[in-house]
Amino acid sequence: MQTVISARTYADFTAQATFEVKKCDTHKLDEAPATEVVMTREEGLQYYRTMQTMRRMELKADQLYKQKIIRGFCHLYDGQEACAVGIEASINLSDHLITAYRAHGYTYTRGGTVKEIMAELTGRRGGIAKGKGGSMHMYCKNFYGGNGIVGAQVPLGAGVALACKHQGRNELCVCLYGDGAANQGQIFETYNMAALWKLPVIFVCENNRYGMGTSVERAAASTDYYKRGEFIPGLRVDGMDVLCVREATRFAAEHCRSGKGPILMELQTYRYHGHSMSDPGVSYRTREEIQEVRSKSDPISMLKDRMLSNNMASVEELKEIDVEVRKEIEDAAQFATTDPEPPLEELCNHIFYNNPPLDVRGTHPWSKLKSVS
Amino acid sequence: MGLIETELTESDPVWSAMDEELERDERVFLMVEEVAQYDGALQVSRGLWKKYGDKRISTLPFLRAGLRPICEFMTFNFSMQAIDQVINSAAKTYYMSAGLQPVPIVFRGPNGASAGVAAQHSQCFAAWYAHCPGLKVVSPWNSEDAKGLLKSAIREDNPVVFLENELMYGVPFEMSEESQSKDFTIPIGKAKVERPGDHVTVVSHSRLVGHCLDAAAVLAKEGIECEVINLRTIRPMDVESIEASVMKTNHLVTVEGGWPQFGVGAEICARIMEGPAFNYLDAPVTRVTGVDIPMPYAKILEDHSVPQIKDIIFSIKKTLNV
Repeated sequence: MQTVISARTYADFTAQATFEVKKCDTHKLDEAPATEVVMTREEGLQYYRTMQTMRRMELKADQLYKQKIIRGFCHLYDGQEACAVGIEASINLSDHLITAYRAHGYTYTRGGTVKEIMAELTGRRGGIAKGKGGSMHMYCKNFYGGNGIVGAQVPLGAGVALACKHQGRNELCVCLYGDGAANQGQIFETYNMAALWKLPVIFVCENNRYGMGTSVERAAASTDYYKRGEFIPGLRVDGMDVLCVREATRFAAEHCRSGKGPILMELQTYRYHGHSMSDPGVSYRTREEIQEVRSKSDPISMLKDRMLSNNMASVEELKEIDVEVRKEIEDAAQFATTDPEPPLEELCNHIFYNNPPLDVRGTHPWSKLKSVS
Repeated sequence: MGLIETELTESDPVWSAMDEELERDERVFLMVEEVAQYDGALQVSRGLWKKYGDKRISTLPFLRAGLRPICEFMTFNFSMQAIDQVINSAAKTYYMSAGLQPVPIVFRGPNGASAGVAAQHSQCFAAWYAHCPGLKVVSPWNSEDAKGLLKSAIREDNPVVFLENELMYGVPFEMSEESQSKDFTIPIGKAKVERPGDHVTVVSHSRLVGHCLDAAAVLAKEGIECEVINLRTIRPMDVESIEASVMKTNHLVTVEGGWPQFGVGAEICARIMEGPAFNYLDAPVTRVTGVDIPMPYAKILEDHSVPQIKDIIFSIKKTLNV
């Protein structure tokens, strides 16, 4: 993950420190990820900047949605930043990742820019999918969306892992789904195939406690999502702590790359927003609960406190990052609201790949449109 | 019989239809995602759980014999995850059991394009479901349709796919006094002439019926009188009503939101050709449909992916050669 680090050298800051993270619960594993982890100053600043960028980007999307500049579906990720950042910290951009519809954060960590993500949300030609996909259908290299139908991305993720194994490139696939999707049949079919064929897939259940408005207690006979893979080893991870996620992912990636087959990580996390922008998020949970998570477990605050109390950064330095992030988001929003919509000539393009141009029927027989690959 | 000035939106008549039928027949029950504390994702089922409780309203699948379930799909796009059950377990069972096991179930929910929900959430399933023997497929347009047809669907002893429309949930319509009675039903399999006319038959279903009426109002100013038919039921299709109209007007335009290939309009064309109305046509039938592409997200692209009123007007004029 590229990031610009301050050119000034602060010789009196701590270069790195050791932190204690929560022990992961394990399922069918003899070992567990380390509980004492090392973080360097550079890493800390990078995680901070990335999470802050994701946070601000989602809050800006909230604002633009309320102004009706973003329309349709919009499922925001604020609160869950530690998951995306922690995972990416322990894999490579040459690995693969697929997730469901709460995907803006992953689009960013996988290499999308804030500008092209926001322009996709506003449906403009500069969007990462040229305005044709919208919030739930963003893609970039080795990132397969952005999927709207609950659970459908899980078999796809195993398929990507199968390709990795087949092509012998020591790559793996991180395949994410939520606590709601975890009860789906296709997830279990996928577990079976992944285990049978020892596919290099890290299944990640982002358990944010609610599938739309249904709490995990009302949805699942077993809420031990990390055990639901049964014959697949599992970890239950503190998804609000970027270092815990990073360490667990490091452990899981090693498991996959050593040819042991799939592994399942349950990240216990929380979303501040409702399910989507049309859900206020308070008919099925209390404001007190949301407030408590914000004050006690916010991933960005946790990292900030760690860095400040270990003299790894100064308050001013972090504030400067905040200012830079704010500017980046403002510029991106500016672009996203002024960039023109996609041209009508492109309406029918991208139906088939590697295909000669074809005629597409418009709304009536006299409307003959053109489609190119 | 006067019109009571009561404006209801489609989701209110859907609600009252379900409420009345739940009250009338204790075998009826409702299965829906997010029904209880979320009040049903689109609020259509709000309050029913509070009124009837867990035994009648739930998120749990109950397929005990003797019960009459109403199964809500949050949208019909998600029905694809269950479509094997709709076709192979619901539609075909009465036939396969040679009359032993009827399946009185209603599958209902919003179908077709919405606003800005992109490719995976905008598909129209009318043609897919209407293709299958053993299913009845109903597509209401306004509030009266929604209420009367849903009550009939619930009372129907066979599987019914009930295609609502999300964009219609908030549109108010006047409802006649008759339609507010608890016994008000509209028969499945009968179309309605919403607007009589002599020059061209315009057949549509669901939300686009409104577009056709708007187009007809514009054309009337130019002296073109359209007969607008609201199909109400896709399967079994009321071909006789279309034929009777075509034998009067000699011109036919079909209007649907779904994709053109193998669609509702295509079926209408085939049926007209096979029947007596063919000889009365002065021009080929014109189909107005959605554009043959996955639904794009950007507003300008989405607007141009579905039939607009100007497309309907254009197509009618071309068919009439004016």
